[in-house]
Amino acid sequence: MYQKDGEKYFIVDSHMHYWNAAPSNWVKGAEHYAKGWIECFHAYQGLGPEETHWPIDKFMAYTEDDLMKDVFEDGYVDVAVFQPTYLKEWYAEGFNTTERNAALGEKHPGMFIANTRFDPRDGDPGVEELRRNVERYGSKGVKLYTAEWNNGSRGYKLSDPAAYRYLEKAQELGIKNIHVHKGPTIWPLDKDSFDVSDIDHCATDFPELNFIVEHVGLPRIEDFCFMATQEPNVYAGLSVVIGGLMHARPKFFAKVMGELLFWVGEDKMTFGSDYGIWEPKWQVEGFVDWQMPDDEELSDYGKLTTATKKKILGLNAAKLYDIKVPAEFLVPAQAGTPAAQDASQLVTGQ
Amino acid sequence: MSVSAETSVVSPPGLASTALAALTTVRDPELDEPITTLGFVASCVVSCEGRAVVRLRLPTYFCAPNFAYLMVADAYDAVIGVPGVQSAEVILEDHFASDQINAGVAAQAGFVKSFDGEAVAELGDLRARFLRKAVMAGTDVVCRPLLKAGVTPEELAILTLGTIPPSEQLESLKRRRAELGLSTHDDAPLLIDPATGQRISTEAVPLHLRKARVTKAGIDANTSICSGMFKVRYPQGRTP
Repeated sequence: MYQKDGEKYFIVDSHMHYWNAAPSNWVKGAEHYAKGWIECFHAYQGLGPEETHWPIDKFMAYTEDDLMKDVFEDGYVDVAVFQPTYLKEWYAEGFNTTERNAALGEKHPGMFIANTRFDPRDGDPGVEELRRNVERYGSKGVKLYTAEWNNGSRGYKLSDPAAYRYLEKAQELGIKNIHVHKGPTIWPLDKDSFDVSDIDHCATDFPELNFIVEHVGLPRIEDFCFMATQEPNVYAGLSVVIGGLMHARPKFFAKVMGELLFWVGEDKMTFGSDYGIWEPKWQVEGFVDWQMPDDEELSDYGKLTTATKKKILGLNAAKLYDIKVPAEFLVPAQAGTPAAQDASQLVTGQ
Repeated sequence: MSVSAETSVVSPPGLASTALAALTTVRDPELDEPITTLGFVASCVVSCEGRAVVRLRLPTYFCAPNFAYLMVADAYDAVIGVPGVQSAEVILEDHFASDQINAGVAAQAGFVKSFDGEAVAELGDLRARFLRKAVMAGTDVVCRPLLKAGVTPEELAILTLGTIPPSEQLESLKRRRAELGLSTHDDAPLLIDPATGQRISTEAVPLHLRKARVTKAGIDANTSICSGMFKVRYPQGRTP
């Protein structure tokens, strides 16, 4: 919970991690990938305020105590959603598995939601594993990396038949939320993992599922925006947007927020700190204080209301995950600025 | 970031700086900015015998290999085209696919052959896709001051390139159009679909401008993340 100027904000961190990237977990022969990956993540941390930077040793293997303090004690988060990242070709026990996350979550009832994952290239055993994880950990969401390597394959599309089969199974098992990593560069060859057109197909064909596009399709925000404005079940996951731009490049942060509020709308944008890349504290404080600047170049973007911020910081994600939010944090049904307005008509009217 | 590359003192007079000047024509296709201003050129050296060696570095170890390949190949073409340069070697440093890219460009093998079994298409389409984005972003840059000066969207729809006050931004937009094979004549429409070259109809102008604006915002945001990462990786602006 965060309180400022008499307003109370219920905080759901809808995208965070608990990884182990210590050298003892690097796969023999793939050390340069394992090292390169965590160093790349560490460089992202450099885009946050200097006083929040960690030494690389801590960054590779922060502890449970670090996490509980940074996220809950200092970071105002009420409920945090674990998003697993396996990368088992590089990390022996995985980088950040469902099991590792859930083991921590079980020690702190009510504070975490443990999402799981699947990979459509894993065939029948993968379906079984998904079933076991959902039954064991009560997962309501999955995190997918369409660019992940798997047995010589360098990526897949969510519109592939094998992926559809998994989406059907996931839905049967009670999964509601599909978080898909469509973001900054990670090794796509001509399998274009940034491309968001596969989400467009899935969102239409699986109207009961929600698709949260993490990192808003950077570097192709425009493709994401045109798609999201036409699909009621596509959301903008703000991990990297707030962490990577709000402090380092405030003007471009303003532009991106302005575009997202116009095309996607405040009811379909969700905060995620991407911890341990960035701590939530400065992101929550900074975003509550943030307003669209009075700048000529930004004059056609709207201002944010308190209701807008409450929705983005927690209420939207709480709806996706059926988290019960005490009445004092809620906003009236009509508060804020309704989504997208004429954006979707602009697109579909053409 | 400014150009901070080292140039050789052993080269024939001016040859290294001519080679460096040639590198200013090489752009990061995704960011639409010269690799020299982005700081990606770590060094450019030309020996007395006319042997050029260019070292490039990128913001992260995992920068997309397809874009990296284009920059290394374009740098090779730019430097080998400098009169007096007899041979050229371009070395991408600190990247997970350095070996494949460097060897592939040196052998003029093309992207598919360099990534045997992993890539199935050459990169012409990718380059064109990002050039179309550059045209959209350039449209935003050129139209903003016009709109501010009171030109209406309806008027924009009938404006031609020759009727717009000359500016560096307009020249840049025309260069991107030319690279895509789109018309840059004075009587060509200002607002066109970069995929087809067709004039944008009056009723489609508001959406076109919105698309241009979000495309520009996307490129700017991406550039700012890339340059931020680059500064973290190379704080002195030089290879450590």
